[in-house]
Amino acid sequence: MNETVRGVVVVGAGHAGGTAAALLRQYGYAGPIALIGEEPVAPYQRPPLSKAWLKGEADADALMLRPEGFYAETGIDLILNARVTAIDRSGRAISLADGRTLPYDTLILATGARARTLDIPGADLAGILTLRSAADAEALKAALGPGKRIAVIGGGYIGLEVAASARALGAEAVVIEREPRILARVACETLSTFFTDYHRAQGVAFEVAAQVEAFEGEAGQVTGVRLGDGRTIACDVVLVGVGAPPNVELAAQAGLECVGGIVVDEQSRTADPAIFAIGDVTHRPLPRYERMFRLESVANALEQARQAACAIVGRPAPAHEVTWNWSDQYDLKYQFAGLPFEVDDIVVRGDPAGAKFAVFHLKGDIVQAVEAINAGAEFMGGRQLIAQRRPISRARLADMAVSMKEVAA
Amino acid sequence: MAKIIYIEHNGAEHVIDVKTGLSVMEGAVKNNIPGIDADCGGACACATCHVYVDEAWRGKTGTPSAMEESMLDFAENVEANSRLSCQIKVSDEIDGLIVRMPESQH
Repeated sequence: MNETVRGVVVVGAGHAGGTAAALLRQYGYAGPIALIGEEPVAPYQRPPLSKAWLKGEADADALMLRPEGFYAETGIDLILNARVTAIDRSGRAISLADGRTLPYDTLILATGARARTLDIPGADLAGILTLRSAADAEALKAALGPGKRIAVIGGGYIGLEVAASARALGAEAVVIEREPRILARVACETLSTFFTDYHRAQGVAFEVAAQVEAFEGEAGQVTGVRLGDGRTIACDVVLVGVGAPPNVELAAQAGLECVGGIVVDEQSRTADPAIFAIGDVTHRPLPRYERMFRLESVANALEQARQAACAIVGRPAPAHEVTWNWSDQYDLKYQFAGLPFEVDDIVVRGDPAGAKFAVFHLKGDIVQAVEAINAGAEFMGGRQLIAQRRPISRARLADMAVSMKEVAA
Repeated sequence: MAKIIYIEHNGAEHVIDVKTGLSVMEGAVKNNIPGIDADCGGACACATCHVYVDEAWRGKTGTPSAMEESMLDFAENVEANSRLSCQIKVSDEIDGLIVRMPESQH
């Protein structure tokens, strides 16, 4: 009898957790659902925080994943400002920091990732920010504007998007990157060069192959970033965008296997049949690449939310998706799909100088990944080719006279 | 406010008052209407908010941008009246708009 009051408990009310809860209802799950989040707000979209929202082109309401009232109307118990402290796997219950316990039939861990910080001298000065939550974004936006100068540490997507948005808000921006090129971890050299040139033309300065030694400040407020070569980059605010480690502590404490992420299978199940994990926190199989990987993207969060919700209600598993993501900077739409594993060649289609081109990453004659700038057909066609794993002709792929539709046909 | 009529692939019809200025996609998502996924949240980056615009309304919903067109080109079951609903802004002009959804967005 006790079993009937148990339901699904979702830990983490981000894009993945919020979607999983909503999908369970959409798929007809009628049992209790609790959705627990540490932040004070209902699930929202994070991608705009460094893009449209930061530039003032989208308001907070536009960010919400579901409308106000959705959770109450659909019988989802949304528990905000709450931290889960432990999982009792044998008793199938979780404990909250306020002392409450919640029993579950099925647990979905969607605890996400957190912004990595730098443990260097001066790290406790005011004005050193990271960007993960809406509250982080509010603080960042308040610090930007005409006459302000931001030092962005880390030339990844977050850093570049913030630099672009800062320019749009009239602030100066300098990007400091440890590697010899920006986007070193996530994009090919052609893209790194393209983005460096594009940002420079928009007035962004770059310091590459630069070590950050310390933050300097006055009266408790950051005033500069000291580099390994002794120079200090003056600034009014710092954005640290150097990656996001997964929040695996809860799972690890409960004895679930974690390898740089909670280990899950193709249905987002952990080794415990009652526990799923979804989103940025997972170390998941990539069936097309025959390996495990941690993906940090909305597309991944949504795919795994669908996998878990389908498995819980007994729907057939959804088809495997080709992983993809996007970034908006200035008037550039950057879309990428697949992952460049075991790549032995690249083919550039289009002209980087015209800011409309794509780079295809090949393993033999198979497309493993595509990176597209203002090139929707190349992105969509590339995604299709990656899914099909069908050999292509390099010459045709590189030939703009052959349409992407024909290349992919 | 403008009335938008969303028709799911199974025929289920939803008549919704949508605030002008929002997109047709946002009108669906904010009212929990299934069939429009909008994975990218309206950035014209994913083609999962594909709809068919009723013939009578095609003239009033504008023409797709080059980006939208190239994305649509690769969507499933695309027709001449296919649009990405994140790219159609709701205005008094399209009060009464009828959009139909494809079988799947993925």
